[in-house]
Amino acid sequence: MVNYLIRRVGYALIMVVLVSFVSFAIIELPPGDFLTQKIEQLRARGDRSAEQQVETLRVRYGLDKPFLERYFNWAINFLRGDFGESFEFERPVSEILGARLGYTVVLAIATTVLTWALAIPLGVYAAVKQYSLGDQIISVISFIGLGMPGFLLALIIMYFAIIIFNLEVTGLFSPEFQDAPWSFAKFMDLLGHLWIPALISAVTGIGGLVRIMRGNLLDTLGQPFVEAARARGLKNRTVTWKHAVRIAINPLITILGSDVFPSIIVGSSLVAIVLNLPTIGPVFVDSLRKLDMYLAGTCIVFLTIMLLIGNLVADLLLAWVDPRIRLE
Amino acid sequence: MQTNLSPTAVAQAPADGRETLIEVRDLKVEFNIRGGVVKAVDGLTFDIKRGQTMGIIGESGCGKSVTARAILRMIPKPGKITAGNIYYHRRRRLAGQQTAPTETNVIDLTTLDPDGETIRQIRGGEIAMIFQEPMSSLTPVYTAGTHINEAVTLHRLLPIKTLGDQMAEKIMQYRHVTREEARDIAVQMLRRVGIPKPEQRVDSYPHQLSGGQRQRVMIAIALSTEPTMLIADEPTTALDVSIEAQILDIMRELQETANMAIMFITHNLGVIANMADEIVVMYMGKQVERAKVVDLFYDPKHPYTKALLQSVPKLGPKTGQRLASIEGMVPDPLHLPTGCVFHPRCPAFMPGKCDQIVPRWVEAAPNHWARCLLYEE
Repeated sequence: MVNYLIRRVGYALIMVVLVSFVSFAIIELPPGDFLTQKIEQLRARGDRSAEQQVETLRVRYGLDKPFLERYFNWAINFLRGDFGESFEFERPVSEILGARLGYTVVLAIATTVLTWALAIPLGVYAAVKQYSLGDQIISVISFIGLGMPGFLLALIIMYFAIIIFNLEVTGLFSPEFQDAPWSFAKFMDLLGHLWIPALISAVTGIGGLVRIMRGNLLDTLGQPFVEAARARGLKNRTVTWKHAVRIAINPLITILGSDVFPSIIVGSSLVAIVLNLPTIGPVFVDSLRKLDMYLAGTCIVFLTIMLLIGNLVADLLLAWVDPRIRLE
Repeated sequence: MQTNLSPTAVAQAPADGRETLIEVRDLKVEFNIRGGVVKAVDGLTFDIKRGQTMGIIGESGCGKSVTARAILRMIPKPGKITAGNIYYHRRRRLAGQQTAPTETNVIDLTTLDPDGETIRQIRGGEIAMIFQEPMSSLTPVYTAGTHINEAVTLHRLLPIKTLGDQMAEKIMQYRHVTREEARDIAVQMLRRVGIPKPEQRVDSYPHQLSGGQRQRVMIAIALSTEPTMLIADEPTTALDVSIEAQILDIMRELQETANMAIMFITHNLGVIANMADEIVVMYMGKQVERAKVVDLFYDPKHPYTKALLQSVPKLGPKTGQRLASIEGMVPDPLHLPTGCVFHPRCPAFMPGKCDQIVPRWVEAAPNHWARCLLYEE
């Protein structure tokens, strides 16, 4: 088991290096760099005085150096905990991400808890009462959730919140709490705002999970061991949860790992942009657009790390839940 | 609780000294599917006595398994019992109450709520069942011991004390088992069904056991609650022949010690000849013949039974003959033939009679019943 863990972590490290290099290269692919864009903007405004500064900036950010050298400099500094400086914000990447990490994690956890707490019971209900009215309703809703992009739902909710309830739903805080120190009132204000992005992400995320849960459980309910459990005189609820769901839930554990951990970094970026949330997602998308290399690269590396951790955790969880795949 | 007395329950004294346990009367089970109604079981009538082995044979799809599930009220959707009764002569032990061992209640299983309390006490506790698929009848994430514990803690009662002898009957008081006792029982049961090192095997997961061992575990689960009847639905079909013989031996042995009835469902005539006291032959949901095992094998009445017996391969010197098979195909269950359902395949087909008249259930010889026009006046 320890051997297995060491091997997995080793593979993960190699993976992180490869992904960071490839993503750095891909960000590099479009012609020009961050400063070319900046100059274009300045020119468009007719401001020529800044053009002289550009060369100094280029040297300062190391953009005049070849690609490989820039990558290795950044990678080595990365290991020391220095993720570089963002061109756009003109501040260290760690500072920008750090300020947003807390809210991102809170939102990711809230979304995950809400999604899973709804999806699993709904999926189980839909499977146990297959073709009933409840099943049909759940199916329709989950297909809508699957088909509707989160940002569209966010726009719809914003529209109705403002028109009907006269509610301001963007951001995570009301204006008066924005810069206030933490207090119970501020916490309640956070909860009051948090449910909207959490609900939107949950509605779009539930669909797939409900369908998978329902399908798996229907397969499992047809298995001989479920009939055998019933023939032992167990209650239907015990048969369903203890014998069928316990087996049918395994694929969801894999999804949990590959879905939830990365979402801590880039969870529902588009929804966050629409709702103007102070999470990492919008910053990440923006950094890709503006060729803000060090910020984007750092996000991608952490995204990869989260995905790898998620997969490892999922594998360990699976082994814990299912004795058939335990390593002897 | 339902206590409808069956017509025969009170009056009939058993001829062979054995008491009646189950009376199936004119049972009909139908599946309402898209293409029409499939009569999976159509007018089944038989009795099972305490300690007796009743064999049910027939081809795949003839309604054997559905009959077994009807008794446990576990017919899969969209199947329904549409007519008939299943009377169960129930002798209960109750935790904390005094019970005389021969106090019998007759309940009609067809009137019970299939998810209700009563049928769940009977399932597993009084009528246990083992299945055709030992490889997948155990939940993969639980150990053998967990499975046995589940049944034992639900159903098994241990005597606390004998309160006194009244009218030659012992009045007993019972209680539920504790966790440690359940584990002891699990180990004991595994030993009784012949699993080596039961103290270790009790903690084995299904994937660590062979097919034969898993079926032994299934038997251990079923018998751990001391049921009055065991339904064995083709219990050895998926096993190889030597394991099959061992499993059958175990079942016979345990039956003798526990005076348990067995309803043995199979399509294997060799197995049933060894196991059963009495046999019901089914064809397309209908009962075509019922007799004691010796009568059935030496003097089969119904042409279907005769054909079935001829199609058994025999060991011995080469005869050059081809193995006999039954002519024609099993009919489409949605469009059953008129008259006798077997007439299109029957070697004794009487034109103008068999395809028009539905045969009645008649006693073709003493205690030997058949549904065939050959034996009607």
